[in-house]
Amino acid sequence: MSFLKVQDIHHTYFTKASATTALSEISLTVEEGELVSFLGPSGCGKTTLLSIISSLLKPTLGTVLLENKPISTSKNEIGYMLQQDYLFPWKTIEENILLGLKLSKQLNEKTKTAAYSLLNQIGLVGVEKQLPKQLSGGMRQRVALVRTLATEPKLLMLDEPFSALDYQTKLKLEDLVSKTLSEFGKTAILVTHDIGEAIAMSDRIFLFSAKPGRIYKTFEMPEELRKLSPFESRNHEAFQNIFQTIWKELESLETGKI
Amino acid sequence: MKQEKYKVELLHKNYIHSLKNEKRWVRFYQIIIFLLIFSSWEFLSRMQWIDPLIFSSPSKIWSLCLDKIQDGSLLTNLGATLMETIVGFIISTILGVLIAALLWWSPLVSKILDPYLVIFNAMPKVALGPVIIVALSPGYTSIIANGVIISVIITALVVYTSFKEVDPNYLKVLQTFGATRFECFKEAIMPASFPTIISTLKVNVGLSWVGVIVGEFLVSTKGLGYMIIYGFQVFNFTLVFLSLLVIALFATIMYQLVDLLEKKLIKE
Repeated sequence: MSFLKVQDIHHTYFTKASATTALSEISLTVEEGELVSFLGPSGCGKTTLLSIISSLLKPTLGTVLLENKPISTSKNEIGYMLQQDYLFPWKTIEENILLGLKLSKQLNEKTKTAAYSLLNQIGLVGVEKQLPKQLSGGMRQRVALVRTLATEPKLLMLDEPFSALDYQTKLKLEDLVSKTLSEFGKTAILVTHDIGEAIAMSDRIFLFSAKPGRIYKTFEMPEELRKLSPFESRNHEAFQNIFQTIWKELESLETGKI
Repeated sequence: MKQEKYKVELLHKNYIHSLKNEKRWVRFYQIIIFLLIFSSWEFLSRMQWIDPLIFSSPSKIWSLCLDKIQDGSLLTNLGATLMETIVGFIISTILGVLIAALLWWSPLVSKILDPYLVIFNAMPKVALGPVIIVALSPGYTSIIANGVIISVIITALVVYTSFKEVDPNYLKVLQTFGATRFECFKEAIMPASFPTIISTLKVNVGLSWVGVIVGEFLVSTKGLGYMIIYGFQVFNFTLVFLSLLVIALFATIMYQLVDLLEKKLIKE
């Protein structure tokens, strides 16, 4: 039985003037401990699909099952990481990372200590009493990761979490996130439009086509890349080949568009 | 190298000096303008170039001020007006924020109430004065109500707008943690809108004064507004000007206090 099962999702946005189908016939499964990527041009409904999987948005048609049960936000099954850190600027780092625990009423000495040690593990020491604006962009995104992981979600949604960072920070964070996720054995879905990032980080890549968003192709990453860290993967000889293959597929999707 | 550092320090010193200098000149001209206005007012009035009966003169106002302080009537009237303004100001701010919260809470309620809010906001609220006074009977309550009604809707609208403008991604973060709507309000909406709420306080200070003074015109028993309307009725314009100057002084003080509060709170 699959860990996450997405069945026949259709989603249409309605406005007065039009009905736009954002997603059509989306079916996929994700196994426990896997990291999969949704790759595709902008406007192919990747973020919409993430919102649907995390039950923030109700799809027009279709079902999402996590361990064979419908997902709900109240049980803290899903952790969501956005493009920017969205740390609350008026809260200290400490208050920010404990927010999820507080809202789900899991805040106790044990979970608190776990959150602090996670913060240290991820390389942030002695920042608990500081405000988000005192930290750099990369540090803030790491705090956001701690905040997401603190509630121990079963499934992680990473919605282009590195896109607002500079290249060097991005490479470092890719390694860190990948290492942290595999240490905790988390299942995660990464949304990205960066082909290299998708190859380096994931086990499988779903390539989306746009208007309406569909799964166009699925790529299995070879074993030799999966066991490497994202940074090492980028330097592996297999990397370029896969990059070229996916690049060509994307090109063929977009022919005549530019 | 050493010489260079010395130079920077010197330049910085010069810069600070020029800032101070400018500030001094600004103050100087402000005082000059103040003196010019009051002395020419005095002069024109004494020379009878303007009608002293209507425009009075600073010296007459000053001696009347001393009289009124001595017989205690200025302080009583000032006290009454100040109390009404401050209470009206606080009530309208709290009530305005509560209405804004209700509108944010239920989009349906906000849609339903929309035309009424627009009408009520566009209407000159002082026109409601007579009704309020008859309904609540003349006295503190009706004057305070007058001060509240004039500023409450605009407060609600401004604060509601700032509630709506909070980045929806903050709410998304909270929703993934299973937050209820009340928790979203408490954790994100309210703290994010705090600066706007404080700055509407500044607008409310002015509006509360207007409402209270108009209320006192109508009730006519006490307060600076009463002093103005009384002075007008007995054609004692020195009294009118005295009240005006006192109002100007205290409205400014209140505004500065709110400004100070804003700087303190926002800095945190």
